[in-house]
Amino acid sequence: MPSAEPLLAARGLGRRFGPSTVLRSVDLALVPGQVVLILGENGSGKTTLLRLLAGLLRPTHGTIQLGGKPFSSSDPAARRGLGLLSHQSLMYDELSLQENLVFAARLYGLKEPHLVAAAAMQGVGLAERGESRLGSLSRGMLQRAAIARAFIHRPPILLLDEPFTALDAGSADRVREWLSGRAREGCGILLVTHQPAEVWDLATDVGVLAGGTWAILESRPATLEGFLPRYRDAIRV
Amino acid sequence: MSDTLRAALALAGKDLRLEFRSKTGIISAAMFAALVLIIFNFSRDPTTVSNLDLAPSVLWATFTFGAMVALNRAFHLERENAAFDGLRLAPISREAIYLGKLLANLVFVSLVEAVTLPLFILFFDVDLSGALPGILLITLLATIGFVGVGTVFSAMVVRTRFAELMLPVLLLPFMVPPLIGAAMATTRLLAGRPLSDFAGWLRFLAVYDLVFLTLSALVFWAVVDE
Repeated sequence: MPSAEPLLAARGLGRRFGPSTVLRSVDLALVPGQVVLILGENGSGKTTLLRLLAGLLRPTHGTIQLGGKPFSSSDPAARRGLGLLSHQSLMYDELSLQENLVFAARLYGLKEPHLVAAAAMQGVGLAERGESRLGSLSRGMLQRAAIARAFIHRPPILLLDEPFTALDAGSADRVREWLSGRAREGCGILLVTHQPAEVWDLATDVGVLAGGTWAILESRPATLEGFLPRYRDAIRV
Repeated sequence: MSDTLRAALALAGKDLRLEFRSKTGIISAAMFAALVLIIFNFSRDPTTVSNLDLAPSVLWATFTFGAMVALNRAFHLERENAAFDGLRLAPISREAIYLGKLLANLVFVSLVEAVTLPLFILFFDVDLSGALPGILLITLLATIGFVGVGTVFSAMVVRTRFAELMLPVLLLPFMVPPLIGAAMATTRLLAGRPLSDFAGWLRFLAVYDLVFLTLSALVFWAVVDE
């Protein structure tokens, strides 16, 4: 792993939901340029981990630091450094795509929100759909719109939960290219996926969550084929 | 302009845009209020109960039911596509979210009241020409109070399975004081009593607003954080 001041660090991070412990103890240090692929079975805590790091959930135990400073969900300014692509779009079906993005730009205090929204739509290839009601977009277009919304403020830390869902091959290539560009700019990226082949070459590191903690967390092996047997063993434990 | 106010205005603007586009909340609440007034009007015996005796209670019952319908939708629209997560992810304070929702809810409920009041005058044949400024002041003070508290509770119940049932159940105890104050002040105003006879109720409403708006803003973070 490249060594630099971590953009995001977690120590002993855990979360319970009632009697069920989803995450036991997760350590993480995300440095600039690092792309960490997070794998694991359904229910292994991948989404919970991203939501904890984004400040949408409070940890049951453990700490999170952003840029070396303690991070808490009650600190609005710190959230400016994060962007989360969730399973859902976080937008409003009855507003147009442009209205949704302008609203997001205003929430992030961005100057000239209409220009920012236009650039975001251009970036995901949806410039011609700006006036369309969000609810009228296809599933793939909605995913691209969600990417535009999630990272409209160009944060240095990108948290993505299954970003390639519903994307056609061309759109997926575009997203991969965009992620590669952001990593080259020094962003730190945490990416959850059930399709590691889609981003294997992009990743610098790979982690497998099982039993509420890391079963594997290491530099990305050369080939996915070489990694899969160890992955299967890790999730079987 | 402070960041909190800027974010609150953006949020309120978004809510208003959504509501005026669909109009479902305002029309439902206004129709509901009209129905309540019609039922009250035709179920009373005008020879035994005078208009002025019944009017304040009917007015405030109608305003309350209409407000409940409006408040129920306040956070409902944040459930679709987990939009509320988008608000919580943004670098805005929880107080800004509360203030934005409060402003939007005040506009919605005021619109419902603006539709209800002329219907009330029509059905109950009440002459408000001298009392209108007083009625508007009482309405403003009482509305701020129960919408301020209602905004917190509607955020609290939005993630529960029976939100439409839970909101009135939780909100009712907190709505009773401003409703009592509003009904008592309205009764005295419509009876032509001097200001000194109901100034105390106006002060009560103002203090209620100050205390509960402050408390609501302070506890809102606990309601929205998981």
